[in-house]
Amino acid sequence: MNALAPQITPAAKTPRILAESAVKISAKDVNVYYGEKHAIKNLSVTIPDRAVSAFIGPSGCGKSTFLRCINRMNDSIPACKVTGLIDVDGKDIYDPNLDPVQLRARVGMVFQKPNPFPKSIFENVAYGPRIHGLAKDKTELEEIVISSLKKASLYEEVKDRLNHPGTGLSGGQQQRLCIARAIAVNPDIILMDEPCSALDPIATARIEELIDELRRNYCIVIVTHSMQQAARVSQLTAFFHLGTLVEFGDTNEMFTTPQDKRTQDYITGRFG
Amino acid sequence: MIDDQTRKLQIAGRYRSESRFRMVGAAALAISAIFLAFLVLDILVKALPAFHENSVIMNVLVDPARVDAANPKSGDFEGIIKDAMRDEFPNVNDRADKKKLVKLLSTGAADELRGQVVADPSLIGKQVATRALLSADADMYAKGYFGTAKISKDANGLDVVTASIPESNRQITDKEVIWLESLKARGLIDSSLAWRFFQAGDSREPELSGMKGAIFGSLMTVFIALIISLPLGVAAAIYLEEFAAKNRWTQFLEVNINNLAAVPSIIFGLLGLAIFLNVLGLPRSTPVVGGLVLALLVLPTIIIASRAAVRAVPPSIKEAALGVGASRQQAVFHHVLPLALPGILTGTILGVARALGETAPLLMIGMVAFIADVPTSVTSAATTLPVQIFLWSDLPELAFQSRTSAAIIILLVLLFALNGVAIYLRKRFEQRW
Repeated sequence: MNALAPQITPAAKTPRILAESAVKISAKDVNVYYGEKHAIKNLSVTIPDRAVSAFIGPSGCGKSTFLRCINRMNDSIPACKVTGLIDVDGKDIYDPNLDPVQLRARVGMVFQKPNPFPKSIFENVAYGPRIHGLAKDKTELEEIVISSLKKASLYEEVKDRLNHPGTGLSGGQQQRLCIARAIAVNPDIILMDEPCSALDPIATARIEELIDELRRNYCIVIVTHSMQQAARVSQLTAFFHLGTLVEFGDTNEMFTTPQDKRTQDYITGRFG
Repeated sequence: MIDDQTRKLQIAGRYRSESRFRMVGAAALAISAIFLAFLVLDILVKALPAFHENSVIMNVLVDPARVDAANPKSGDFEGIIKDAMRDEFPNVNDRADKKKLVKLLSTGAADELRGQVVADPSLIGKQVATRALLSADADMYAKGYFGTAKISKDANGLDVVTASIPESNRQITDKEVIWLESLKARGLIDSSLAWRFFQAGDSREPELSGMKGAIFGSLMTVFIALIISLPLGVAAAIYLEEFAAKNRWTQFLEVNINNLAAVPSIIFGLLGLAIFLNVLGLPRSTPVVGGLVLALLVLPTIIIASRAAVRAVPPSIKEAALGVGASRQQAVFHHVLPLALPGILTGTILGVARALGETAPLLMIGMVAFIADVPTSVTSAATTLPVQIFLWSDLPELAFQSRTSAAIIILLVLLFALNGVAIYLRKRFEQRW
């Protein structure tokens, strides 16, 4: 055992908020390998529903890798191998009988760089519902699109130009469009991989507001490089270092009284 | 440390070197432009005479004794035209001269009259104004290929020719010159656009030959090549790029596809001969076999271009589709393929343009042959544009030289049109992200 890492009792590792909220995602002894590289080492964590959990840590620490395991986006990388157990709603998502395509409909994802399809705003949001057959007819589809845009607090800005290309929006609007697109397929979980890293402070503030609103209905996991952002938007924070989960707990406690020296060094800016 | 003086010299040297390089570049560009202009001008100048033809205007009686009203098509129109030609020169009495006189007309000189009468049988028994096509040599003389000639009377009142080119150096004798000049003086020689050049198949007689057979053959062959190679090539590219596992086997395939793109085209002809003709027993000299061979030829080009186009689509688009729960196939066909389409189309058109210009592989499957008929289906014997150019360029008749150049122009126009379509399609489907 690392001398720097004090023994944390399981009780201490279970954040207070978990006692109040249902467990949405739980991982046990997860190891991820990219070929020879051991990207995630023996990770175990439980993530609650209807809360924002932030993953922080220096670059290459495995936080994005773990995020992409939750909706099996890593499947498309041939060299990637995942062992251990990841449950969503108590069901193993790496079960060979489980269809990753269906899983991704339940676990939406928002990427680092806004990546709207080069189609109209309407088509961007309508694509998901359409391929999953969520709407019976055109009116229903329109309803889904409008309500998704409203939930992503984008509707007021684009209601007059739903037929304009999504790529013509500003960066922040594009990212909210991507959130609307994720919401449209009615997921339980939204994974966000550094959603604000390509945005200016004002657009970032709007996305953060939006995340705060969305938390009432979704389980949100966000990877961020900005500790201020983690402190602002999340209820829970996980600190990753060199492929291990160092500490996971209540955000306020984490930033005020970190249990681990590495966490303390990182959040005070001594490395990373 | 370098002192200021050395530094100044260094900087001056740098600017000199750059201006030298610019000059070399501009010179290279100018030289290529001159070559290109020379090539195009040369071909144009040589080709222009092929686009018009000279005929003798005649007024002939369609004799009911020679043309049966019940079957006008098989009437003796040649006889009528020949008689009319002899009548124009009542002073020519010698048998050999009369023969020569008639030889000034093309063997197809009566086609015009036959066409007129078949279209309107009521002309039988009437005087009909018609045009009799000149033979190739007479036509070339009328176009000025054999220099200029003046006719004057000598002391005995006989015609004498003073020509810029001596008689031995031209394909037309003094006697014939006198007859032609006489016709010209009477205003009976008329020049018109040679629609025949686009409406006829190949012929042994230069003035009767046309490109329609070659154009149709080329279009059919390239069409077959396209409908086979495009779906196969795009499917192969998408599979290799998006679905196939990246292992030694796919790497081996990739290397070999690249190698195939560099294989000399005649090898594909040999392959076509061995497989399509000898094993599958398909009819030789036909567009279907030519198309199959050219499909093999352009397949590597299309696969390589399509793979590059698919790879150029940002992965974030595919990830976005996967992220909302699209299957891999849905992500590829709904998002990646439409974005890759401009690149795929460009590559395809380049491949087709290559196929359109190929002669060597067709040699092996018997498409390099004299074929006079315009192909009616993909299984009838045909030839293609480059093959036609190759065949004509080999013929000794002077008139075929200008036909060769004209055929080159048509091939170039077709290629430019194809490239234009490619550019249009690329602009049409191009999308920004």
